[in-house]
Amino acid sequence: MMSAATQLLLPVLIAGIFFHGLWKKIPVFDSFVQGAADGLKTALSITPALVCLITVLAMFRSSGGLELLLKLVSPLADLLRIPGEILPLALMRPLSGSGALVFFQEILERCGPDSFAGRAASVLMGSTETTFYTVAVYYGAVQVRETGRTIPAALAGDLTGLLVSVLAVRLLFGGG
Amino acid sequence: MLGWILGGMLAISLGAGWFGGRMDLVSQAAMTGGGEAVELALSLAGMLALWGGLMRIAEHSGLTTMVSRCLEPITRLLFPSLREGERARELISMNMTANLLGLGNAATPLGLAAMKELSRRAGHPARATREMVTFVVLNTASIQLLPATNALLRLQAGSEAPLEILPAVWLTSAAGVTVSLLLARGGREKR
Repeated sequence: MMSAATQLLLPVLIAGIFFHGLWKKIPVFDSFVQGAADGLKTALSITPALVCLITVLAMFRSSGGLELLLKLVSPLADLLRIPGEILPLALMRPLSGSGALVFFQEILERCGPDSFAGRAASVLMGSTETTFYTVAVYYGAVQVRETGRTIPAALAGDLTGLLVSVLAVRLLFGGG
Repeated sequence: MLGWILGGMLAISLGAGWFGGRMDLVSQAAMTGGGEAVELALSLAGMLALWGGLMRIAEHSGLTTMVSRCLEPITRLLFPSLREGERARELISMNMTANLLGLGNAATPLGLAAMKELSRRAGHPARATREMVTFVVLNTASIQLLPATNALLRLQAGSEAPLEILPAVWLTSAAGVTVSLLLARGGREKR
């Protein structure tokens, strides 16, 4: 049911924008082609940032660096009563969307979606984004080099997301 | 800043790869990473073109102005320097709408268009403006009314109530984005 609704949303939205344009009597095809050309230019302008980010990320993941980081932060996580199962997910989340998705599915399978760790992982996935990818791509598109407070502010938000997701699940569902 | 973080990750990769005896894997990853990135950019290119085109139709037909008006209370609070009816504000409103609806594929192209407009009106600076910081931070936080993919995965994993986490998701999103925005705003006094 729910998946049917989401699958409906996108086509309806696309058709809606198109028909609204026709109804307002604007040259829809010409407008589309103009805007699409700009979109392709944007794709080219974010590619250099992506090459750098993805290469470093691929090296990091294959080196076992994540396991090393996990060992470093797990005592702190224990202190904050963050379940060990979701710690790898929390570290991967800001770095890689596809990597985080793999970890998320592992937790769902191993612990079950309605377990404490499963719920906390679901909340964490739903309430955070791939921070570094977003920063690299958004600033890469406009060639901004000095990002000011962006990264500290964004990471503080991610950390808040981790702490509050565990807390919220504990308060609303109990356990853990 | 991003450079230092990537540098730190490179250093960890070298250290962990060397002591873990996985240098062959690291080397292989270094060779294939660039190709993966270009593949990703190519798959993004299609979405960027599609939404770039639809966005232009929506701008010409006045649809973006309507959406922008609905979100006015929020955009006025977060971006006080952007005037009503300004293109940057309309693009930001469209990006926020796509995020709220959980349309990640549309949110990125619209967000990048908004960034380009923010850059243009500031004279293409090399340093992030206040508006850019606020806007990027808004996009590094996830503000979804219905995290559809998430609920779908829970359902597939056999959850009895895949949507029961929604209030917790909203609470957590709100807390995360509030902290991020407050910290981003704290930087404003120094400029």
